[in-house]
Amino acid sequence: MLAYVIRRLLLLIPMAMGMVVVTFGLLLLIPGDPAAVLLGQDATPEAILNLRNNLGLNDPWHVRLWDYFAELLQGDMGRSIFQSQPVAEIIAGRLGATIELAVVSLVLATLIGLALGVIAAIRQGSWIDTATMLFAQLGVSMPVYWLGLLLMLLFAVQLGWLPAIGRGEPLHAAVWAAVTGRPDVLWDSITHIALPALALAANSAAIISRLVRASMLEVLREDFVRTAYAKGLRKGRVVIRHALRNALLPVLSVIGLRFGALLGGAVLTESIFAWPGLGQLTIAAISQRDLPLIQGIVLTFAIIYALVNLVVDLLYAAVDPRIRLG
Amino acid sequence: MTASTSAAHVPVFQVSDLNIEIDSGTGPFAVVSDMSFTVDAGETLCIVGESGCGKSMTALSLLRLLPEGVRVGSGSIRIDGAEFLDMDQRQVEDFRGEQIAMIFQEPLTALNPVLTIGEQIAEAVRQHRSCSRQQARARAIEALQLVQMPDPDRRAVQYPHELSGGMRQRAMIALALACDPKIIIADEPTTALDVTIQAQILGLISDLQKRLGTAQILITHDLGVVSEVADRVIVMYAGRKVEEASIYELFDHPLHPYTIGLMGAVPRGGASAQAGDRLADIAGTVPALWNLPKGCAFAPRCPNAAPRCLEERPPFEEKRPGHWAACWEHDDAA
Repeated sequence: MLAYVIRRLLLLIPMAMGMVVVTFGLLLLIPGDPAAVLLGQDATPEAILNLRNNLGLNDPWHVRLWDYFAELLQGDMGRSIFQSQPVAEIIAGRLGATIELAVVSLVLATLIGLALGVIAAIRQGSWIDTATMLFAQLGVSMPVYWLGLLLMLLFAVQLGWLPAIGRGEPLHAAVWAAVTGRPDVLWDSITHIALPALALAANSAAIISRLVRASMLEVLREDFVRTAYAKGLRKGRVVIRHALRNALLPVLSVIGLRFGALLGGAVLTESIFAWPGLGQLTIAAISQRDLPLIQGIVLTFAIIYALVNLVVDLLYAAVDPRIRLG
Repeated sequence: MTASTSAAHVPVFQVSDLNIEIDSGTGPFAVVSDMSFTVDAGETLCIVGESGCGKSMTALSLLRLLPEGVRVGSGSIRIDGAEFLDMDQRQVEDFRGEQIAMIFQEPLTALNPVLTIGEQIAEAVRQHRSCSRQQARARAIEALQLVQMPDPDRRAVQYPHELSGGMRQRAMIALALACDPKIIIADEPTTALDVTIQAQILGLISDLQKRLGTAQILITHDLGVVSEVADRVIVMYAGRKVEEASIYELFDHPLHPYTIGLMGAVPRGGASAQAGDRLADIAGTVPALWNLPKGCAFAPRCPNAAPRCLEERPPFEEKRPGHWAACWEHDDAA
């Protein structure tokens, strides 16, 4: 098990290098010049050339790639062209907010998806089933930026229940504040994250609920479910302990994959709700052609995604004793 | 009427005039009709028949575990005199596993793959007895010892896929016995096992049933199994009883041509077997339950069918003392 984890972590290195090469290639292909953006419309061609030389942008691509790898191996992701700050520092300052949003959304999506999927499965063909699947269809087909705006319009503008934009204290700090006698801080954080998290979770919740329903319907027909009833167990216990636990197996891997989608969706969601995370930063970095920063963000996302999927694989083995890691 | 009913005696298990129906696109049709029998403590009743004759549906109905779309149309199932079919969901759940338990055919799929053997047995114990986790676990290991599971302490913490087929079926039996039920229903308990293991498991079931004095219903298609363990036998064909008798009576004087056909299809070893002996088979196939012939359901395949057999269904009646059959042939035998 430990050997397996170490091997998977070592595999991260070639994966990350591949990621860097692909991103680098894409950035070579897109038009636009950070030096021109930086110097503005009135810049002379000489000034732009000068700056490009200073930034190393005129070096051949293989030299630039090599330099980047050399820096990376020393733990240096380079400096942002526009913010004249180390990329690592900028990302570190923003990463927490994005992870918080993604994790809260994932938890929300999983809880909603499980609840709806299970209810729909045990009431197959009833109006609850129909309503749930209709909701799922809506959730799958509604883009996050549109749902986000609708939610904002309803809960922030019309009803005025929740703030439209911004973030409260980081959740972990807010929980600590609540423990030490400031529950209002926690409440503020929760009201701020509610709308963006819900908007971001909807799509995944819909996908998970459909999957849980299908998986449950299959498992509920299994012989061991009949055995559980034959033992005299109550229906609730059979559904949760015997059926759901087996139905979770295919769902688990999808939950891992959804985390990638959530990170992607976070980019849009953060822009709509002015959530101060990596997503906003990504959009700014791309529009400014801030190459080192884009590289750093993509690399960070890739590593987080790979780590989440490692956790999912470990969970998989924990839930299903038939799976051996190795 | 069935074999052992008398006025004063209340049998442990009594099924009367049970009818089971399946819903289909063209309306319901019967899969089991007029099923009646009783089983007493310490007695083993075998229900024999081909696949699709309704024996598994009968078994599931006895625990009220019929799949969706299948239901008991009418009839009565009495456990110690109490009407099982009238009970509400809670009472039914309290009876399952505690009063009446089931051993399923395929232990690999009938056991939950993600729970240990011990957890699955202890869960049944905790459902019916107020006891601690430790006590339930101890009872689970006791049950595993009872079924002669090798190394029960270790097996209790293993998962079904880690056991052999024979051990899995032992675990299944231990699960059924964990709460000392009065009635055990075993649905083809040895069919999924290797031939060498079949005899062991059959011996175990029979031995435990005698020791614990449970009333047992064993469902099988295998007359060899019947001859090993049965006290009484019911032969089913196309959803109905066609013959019922004690084991000796049935094997000595089989009356129904279907029973005689089944006996011809059992391979025999030993001195009487000769090289080149062919197994007898029964010509034709089982009729579709939604399209049964008007007369005797077996008539189209029966070597002795008379015109009357095709027109009128023979009544199920006592042909010899303690021996019932549904056949026109032996009308004068009694």
